[in-house]
Amino acid sequence: MRDDTLSGGFADPPVDAAHAFRAALSALARPGRIETLTGAQAPEPVSPAAAALLLTLCDAETPLFLAPLHDTPALRDWIAFHIGAPITPPHAAQFALGRWSDLPPLQGFPIGTADYPDRSTTLIIELDRLTAQGARLTGPGIETEAHLSLPDIAPFRANRALFPLGLDFYFTCGTSLAGLPRSTNVEDA
Amino acid sequence: MTAQNDQGEARKRWMSLLAKSPPARLAALTRDMTDWPAFEWLRPPEVGGVMVRGRTGGTGAPFNLGEMTVTRCALRLATGEVGHGYVQGRDKAHAERAALIDAMMQTKRADALRRAVLDPLATQMQADKASRAAKAAATKVDFFTMVRGED
Amino acid sequence: MYVAVKGGERAIDNAHDWLAEERRGDPSVPELGVAQIREQLALAVNRVMAEGSLYDPDLAALAIKQARGDLIEAIFLIRAYRTTLPRIGHSRPVDTGAMACIRRISATFKDAPGGQVLGPTFDYTHRLLDFKLAADGETPEAKTGAGLAPEMPRITEFLNREGLIQDESTCDDTPPDMTRAPMEYPAGRALRLQALTRGDEGFVLGMAYSTQRGYGRNHPFVGELRIGTVAVEMDIPELGFAIEIGEITLTECETVNQFMGSKTEPPQFTRGYGLVFGQTERKAISMALVDRALRWEELGEDSDGAPAQDEEFVLSHADNIQATGFLEHIKLPHYVDFQSELELIRKIRTEAQAGARKDAAE
Repeated sequence: MRDDTLSGGFADPPVDAAHAFRAALSALARPGRIETLTGAQAPEPVSPAAAALLLTLCDAETPLFLAPLHDTPALRDWIAFHIGAPITPPHAAQFALGRWSDLPPLQGFPIGTADYPDRSTTLIIELDRLTAQGARLTGPGIETEAHLSLPDIAPFRANRALFPLGLDFYFTCGTSLAGLPRSTNVEDA
Repeated sequence: MTAQNDQGEARKRWMSLLAKSPPARLAALTRDMTDWPAFEWLRPPEVGGVMVRGRTGGTGAPFNLGEMTVTRCALRLATGEVGHGYVQGRDKAHAERAALIDAMMQTKRADALRRAVLDPLATQMQADKASRAAKAAATKVDFFTMVRGED
Repeated sequence: MYVAVKGGERAIDNAHDWLAEERRGDPSVPELGVAQIREQLALAVNRVMAEGSLYDPDLAALAIKQARGDLIEAIFLIRAYRTTLPRIGHSRPVDTGAMACIRRISATFKDAPGGQVLGPTFDYTHRLLDFKLAADGETPEAKTGAGLAPEMPRITEFLNREGLIQDESTCDDTPPDMTRAPMEYPAGRALRLQALTRGDEGFVLGMAYSTQRGYGRNHPFVGELRIGTVAVEMDIPELGFAIEIGEITLTECETVNQFMGSKTEPPQFTRGYGLVFGQTERKAISMALVDRALRWEELGEDSDGAPAQDEEFVLSHADNIQATGFLEHIKLPHYVDFQSELELIRKIRTEAQAGARKDAAE
């Protein structure tokens, strides 16, 4: 195991993870609002925000899918040391990490069951830019409307149609984080 | 390759020994050590649970028996060696000592540490085990035949 | 009328203070240390670890002290603490065949290889109160002997060699974990064993006893009972190899049960299995009997409809923390619920009386 994969964890895990969890919670509760997430550094090409999300949300009991560009030996080692999450194919994933263009078809991820809608995948999608402009978002947690630079529209509309089943999304870019739960309506701006 | 495997086996043995060692014993054996090396934390000591599994019928399919407490940490010496501590229980200082010894066993202090700490620790733990086994042996039943029913 | 009230904080605080004082008891009597409980009330500690589902003798001893010796309250404290621990991982299945036994007996084979080792047992005591203990008597030193077999082969393996006992499953799938996912029925044997090993000793004992008295009889012999320490081994992902992360005491009971055969299985012996944290012999034997009773379906037997054969009944009532929570909550304020019941009864009575007067008038 390479040495640099052993660093980059939270400096003060209980406190840092609590702050990151709060940010992750707010991002999903207020779709479209952009939060800042720092304190973690995973090997390339993972953004600091995505690294902090992984440290906060994943553990040895949450199977994780890595899209091909993210599936590097260094990142696998980093995850093994800091998180312990087993790396799995999409159909068994509770979390997934990758660039939008690098992800396999969304239909391959579990959307939960009628008895357990929570048994679905939460995707962490790395973007080149993340701003409060673009697609129009409405629904729970949004007073009137919000905007977010989503990479696409149709797949998120299709996901909304599955409610109460479906996938939940985080978008990350550098230290920025935004959320898009399955309950949000997405339209072209 | 073989040398690396031997090294891996040896490390597995000393890490297992440290994990099972009573905290007070390890503390006593290292009390006089004043030259602990400088290090930085890679993972500060954290207490967690490990789910212990058994097998149905002792040899069959696995099942979850219950958890045990484990404390772990990881550190890097100023000289670069990485030490991992995994110990039973909730004693963070114990985990730190285990990780430091794991790291130092990768340096040229290994032989001295083995003589001063690991070997005596193994001997003491072996003696405890032997003492329990000797008491168990004293409770082993010797049957003797009173009557044998053959005509 | 609905009246929302709050209050009672001062009464609660004062109750807590008094509880702490009562816990301590007479201050002229020396205080009990956690180490004393761990060393001298070890079987209580073992029960709290087994049913609290967390192996940590110091924590269990602390819980017993805090709970004033109420073991179910102590188990509750341990369960609550357990939920705060991050799950680092899971162990490889422990190898009980390699146990360093302090006790190992078989009721089926007198001359089992390795012998009958009694260990520190109550079995042959006369159950007479020992007043010397009340007077701080010196304890005799345990005798030592030699020649304890380093390996104690499993008794059921002898039967297995002749094919006279049913084989264990060799499936190596990840077992379900009732602490992570809600129970679903049918539960399967792995989940049943997890529920039984952390189940209430009294409940599991009662269920086991019921099978002996004829409610789902399964003719058990204690093939083997062993108590001792085993190493716990875990794969460490960042190291790429497994290390032993500790050593725990376990009690294992394997029963050998008569089985007349079924449509699919030849006559042979079958097994019940008990494995419990600590020296917990009564619990392990009980667990093995109940395990066997619950296996009727997979062995192709007919059910007697006995309680111990009803998986959902046994598993959903075995947990003393669940049971105590639901049971004891009814002593907490139900003023509003009760008020509505009271009004309902008054209303029905009024209506009934009005009806009666009307009938009489007609």
